Amino acid sequence: MSANENANGAAPGNARWPAIHFTVNGKRLVVNVPPMKRLLDVLREDLRLTGTKEGCGEGECGSCSVRMNGELVNSCLVPVLQADGAEIQTVEGLALDGNLHPLQEAFLQHGGAQCGICTPGMLMAAAQLLENSPHPSGAEIREALAGNLCRCTGFMHIFESVAAAADAQSAAPVATAQEPARHAR
Amino acid sequence: MSTHATTRIVGASVPRKEGIAKLLGQALYVDDIEREGMWHGATVRSTTPRGIIRSISFDRSIDWSEFAIVAAADIPGENCIQLISNDQPCLADGKVNHCEEAILLLAHPDKHKLREAVAAVHIDYDQLQPVFTIEESERQDVIVWGSDNLLKSFLLEKGDVDSTWERAAHIVEGEYRTGAQEHLYIENQGIIAEYSAERGVTVWGSLQCPYYVVKSLKAVFDLPDEKVRVIQAETGGAFGGKEDFPSNVACHAALLAMKCGHPVKIVYDRLEDLAATTKRHPARVRHRTALDRDGKLLAMEIDLVTDGGAYATLSSTVLSRATLHATGPYLCPNVRVHARSWATNFVPYGAFRGFGAPQAIFAMERHMDEIAAVLGIDPIELRRRNFLHQGDDNATEQRLREPVILDQLLDRALKESDYSAKRARFARENPSSPVKRGMGIAAFYHGSGFTGSGEVYLNSLAGLDVTPAGNVRVLVSNTEFGQGTNTILTQVAAEALGLDYSAVTMAPPDTGVVPNSGPTVASRTSMVVGRIIERAGLQLIAQLREHAGLADSYTREEFLAACERYRAAKGEVISLCRYEAPAGIRWDDATYHGEAYGAYAWAVYVAQVAVDSITYSAEVEDFWAVQEAGRVLNPVLAAGQIEGGIAQAVGFALYEKVVLHDGRMANNQMTNYIMPTAEDVPPIHVFFEQVPCPHGGFGAKGIGELPHDGPAPAIVNAIRDATGVAFNAIPLLPEDLYAGLGENQPIEELALP
Repeated sequence: MSANENANGAAPGNARWPAIHFTVNGKRLVVNVPPMKRLLDVLREDLRLTGTKEGCGEGECGSCSVRMNGELVNSCLVPVLQADGAEIQTVEGLALDGNLHPLQEAFLQHGGAQCGICTPGMLMAAAQLLENSPHPSGAEIREALAGNLCRCTGFMHIFESVAAAADAQSAAPVATAQEPARHAR
Repeated sequence: MSTHATTRIVGASVPRKEGIAKLLGQALYVDDIEREGMWHGATVRSTTPRGIIRSISFDRSIDWSEFAIVAAADIPGENCIQLISNDQPCLADGKVNHCEEAILLLAHPDKHKLREAVAAVHIDYDQLQPVFTIEESERQDVIVWGSDNLLKSFLLEKGDVDSTWERAAHIVEGEYRTGAQEHLYIENQGIIAEYSAERGVTVWGSLQCPYYVVKSLKAVFDLPDEKVRVIQAETGGAFGGKEDFPSNVACHAALLAMKCGHPVKIVYDRLEDLAATTKRHPARVRHRTALDRDGKLLAMEIDLVTDGGAYATLSSTVLSRATLHATGPYLCPNVRVHARSWATNFVPYGAFRGFGAPQAIFAMERHMDEIAAVLGIDPIELRRRNFLHQGDDNATEQRLREPVILDQLLDRALKESDYSAKRARFARENPSSPVKRGMGIAAFYHGSGFTGSGEVYLNSLAGLDVTPAGNVRVLVSNTEFGQGTNTILTQVAAEALGLDYSAVTMAPPDTGVVPNSGPTVASRTSMVVGRIIERAGLQLIAQLREHAGLADSYTREEFLAACERYRAAKGEVISLCRYEAPAGIRWDDATYHGEAYGAYAWAVYVAQVAVDSITYSAEVEDFWAVQEAGRVLNPVLAAGQIEGGIAQAVGFALYEKVVLHDGRMANNQMTNYIMPTAEDVPPIHVFFEQVPCPHGGFGAKGIGELPHDGPAPAIVNAIRDATGVAFNAIPLLPEDLYAGLGENQPIEELALP
């Protein structure tokens, strides 16, 4: 069962808690959970969106990065009450209609993912960068990803992936920029 | 011969096999997996480094009837984690030998109730005197392990060292130290376990070596093979940190599952993972070296000791690899390496990428620069005069039968880095600049696969099958944790079978499905296991030709049709092969002589550093890595291994310090245990020279550990070049630079802006 099938607008949780309304990956949702519960845990436990990972629980590693109201946040540091009314995007919301996002395609082709545990957060940080700066310099890429720790790659192939995705996005509209691999799952 | 054949898939940068699942966030790591009725587990740990447990009490503020509680007395089998000398208990029984040693286990349906419960268990101890340093342990005033604190020792001798000193033109001595290092995989340790009397124990987890975990579970539960099943979940980094330690977590989770009758998940948080799990062995290495008038090595006497921590675990094999890499890639007629691992009352040190070699090579390559300084020879020239060549005998008197191209690697490294011109320029610019720049080099090798007769003892079994549904699967217990096992082994299989990359998959890493092809460690997967898969593929094709009419050339459909004819005639379509040692391999464990490794990967690395004499920060500005690791199976993945290893070794050299206070890690947070970020890692330029290895899968050698061996000495040699000061211990933090540069007063020479 995929996480998205579960995140169908029902209200997971316990009715004794105040309702939190938010939009996650384009879907309007209501959850009844303790207001100080971490957004990370609400995504993973209540919505079963387990693509967002916990690495340190203290905002250092960036594995739990999601986009909230157009900002990159560490979801381990966000009490869910702060997400009331927010628009949230997680890694599960990157791919469009079964096609890989240009960043996902670039990470696949250029070796940007190894063990994959930092990858969802890294992709969200890179997506945030490309939205604000479609043609980032090498220094801008380094700065934008400095809050996301990767222990496998040494970052070189991540930088290369982000630059390639920027090139692909600027070469053509996203939907037809390349022939993204259709994922089978 | 296959190593020289033109290949279609081997050598191509095909995308990572499980890449799409990871990029979509769909790959399931252990903490993403839920089981019906699952409880959560936690560990109550020792707060004292050494003591007798006097009493355990449970705070009345907690309703303990809601919890499952497991102690040593609940263990149905042997209270021991199975490794080499089997001295580490699964749960402390009356006595603790290090802080964070597991004493009790708790489980509850609600994971948010566990933290408070762990804090509500009170344990009193009769304190015993602990040992915290190598020096205290080797003095043997206080014995904390066995009869003498000595976990293991090796003596490697070649020629006659003692008679050499008197005829030496130069004798150079030095002492070098390396610190503990944390793996810092981004996914913490985690296991889910289920238990039933009929089926035994089933475990899912973040781990490298499924059959290692089987071995410990069998002993702890006193169960036969068929009642223990271990399944690797997607694993978020390992680096050796998930070689031995997951056996502890698996036994703990399974004991709780047996006690409470539910599946139990234990996932460590970062604080617990940093405090309680293994690290790289700290080391102290002393060199005494005799040279002739021309700077040729006459004798090397090396005294190498490691801190093994409170239990023996893997310290003996780590020490072995350190011993065998201690003399570097140099020809020397007279060698003595005396190596010992000493017990202390810390969390046991364990496997970490390089496995002792980075410690030994740091000392050797730093020492080469000190020798060069004493002799007044260029460090490049000193190395060149002493390099091993094809046909030479190394320290274990292993004859190097395959090509050795160190000179070529060195030439390429010097050219790509523009070494000489930069070094000259920095020497000119440094006196008038607050930022001192320098260039440093390291030359080294890394042995692929298990040491000596290790691969023969492992006797790995691996192969391929074709399921009735037409899935062509690689059958191995070797696991993927980022380094590319899935991709390279399916490349090798597809190449050997004459199929497309997309036509071959990995069988699940499940001991109920795959044979024991050995652990995923020791840079052995691409070379040793890859070779077995290559042979199994060729064997399957031969069988299909003989028994099922497979033509000389065929499509995937024709291949699968032949498999179905074979199945109808002969049964299961499966091809398994065992490891075959290369001919002429001889190894003597008693004398430490012979063929230590089936192959060596060779490298020359160059670092460019900048030392700020105002802030005392050292930055690696640029890095060049030239290596020969046999045939490169997948260039993008191979470069990723090199770059990742170098980044981790930059941390080893300049950032990563495990601070120990009274036996506990004081900085067990990512906030203050600092690894290199995207802004700290230099540009890394990776070059491969390819010499196919006759013993490896399509010519590959091991590659995973090599890049962790050389960066630290290259960086510290560059700092010496920049500052003129010899730093002999890592990690080298700004405060250490301050202390060293302050003593040597180079800052006084500065014209500050």
